[in-house]
Amino acid sequence: MTTRDLVLIALFAALTAALALFPPIALPLTGVPITAQSMGPMLAGAILGMRRGGLSQVLFLLLVMVGLPLLSGGRGGFGVFPGVTGGFLISWPIAAVVIGLLWRRLGSGIVGQVLAVAVGGIGVVYLIGTPWMAVVLGWSIDAGFAAMLPFLPGDIIKALLTVAIARGVARAYPLR
Amino acid sequence: MIFDSYRSGDSVLHRMAPGPKLLSLCVLGTLLFFFDEIWLAATAFAAVSMLYPLAGFGPAVILAQLRPVFWVFVLIVAAQLLFGDAAFGVVLALRLAALVLLAALVTLTTRSSEIVDALIRTLAFLRPLGVNPARVGLTISLALRFLPVLARITGEVREAQHARGHGGNPVATAIPTTVRTLKMAHEIAEAIEARGFDD
Repeated sequence: MTTRDLVLIALFAALTAALALFPPIALPLTGVPITAQSMGPMLAGAILGMRRGGLSQVLFLLLVMVGLPLLSGGRGGFGVFPGVTGGFLISWPIAAVVIGLLWRRLGSGIVGQVLAVAVGGIGVVYLIGTPWMAVVLGWSIDAGFAAMLPFLPGDIIKALLTVAIARGVARAYPLR
Repeated sequence: MIFDSYRSGDSVLHRMAPGPKLLSLCVLGTLLFFFDEIWLAATAFAAVSMLYPLAGFGPAVILAQLRPVFWVFVLIVAAQLLFGDAAFGVVLALRLAALVLLAALVTLTTRSSEIVDALIRTLAFLRPLGVNPARVGLTISLALRFLPVLARITGEVREAQHARGHGGNPVATAIPTTVRTLKMAHEIAEAIEARGFDD
């Protein structure tokens, strides 16, 4: 880890926090609001790669844990982890690692990159977050996944935006 | 620290070291999930609620902690009334309330900086694995400094989008913003190294 790596990790932890400041957008069909914050792990994995990206999300969760109100809606502190969204938050470092790994493995084609962000940023996040949510609410796992369906279009849009941004950034300012 | 949820006080809980507080939160939080008995969940909820007066907090503070999860209680009870047994819904709701209150109590009675210090001290055990606690501390401090910077940049981007009548392409603004912050990160890293911070 060079000093530059440390600065980049800190930067993307803060960027994930700053994404909470964008107002939620209500989806036209379902009315379920989507927040920009879950783009944090997607951008971190795609731009920083698996090691720095994953650590940036660990650091972000650490800042949330110590009580800073950095989550969308101004939430923070230990109390968010036993809650409904706890599993989604825990999944973010793993999502960033998976995205960083697949982004490198699947080559520089746009299809591979979309796949990398979708598998890590949607697949991993839903697989960890949804059972957690279902347990907290006392629902069946199936009911949990059904409840997640309205969020899918928004998350697909976020994955596509992430790929567009990461490609543009890589072209303008390539990171090693 | 720019902002945290700490509320000053001089109670036993405020004076307790952050390490034991965090450890008891982890242990109690984990234990609660192994039992489904209603009396146990109710006892845990009552016990945690009684810790609040001990820390010098009134009922208003307890309610303020529970308000954000209110709709979760509604969902839990509604789901159990529809598909399961209401008693289990009550157990789930009491357990969640106890956990949220206990976790919030740690946050309310401990400064963020104290928790960070405790974590860095704990990380000293990882030194043989190549973790340098001083560098972890530097990274945490950098992230805290970046929070207001990125909040300001985000605000500027939103204003710029607003000035263009919301028709702005989000990708077209995100790319230069990200590149700008990456360049800033590079300059900061050079500045840190120029001042001799190294492992």
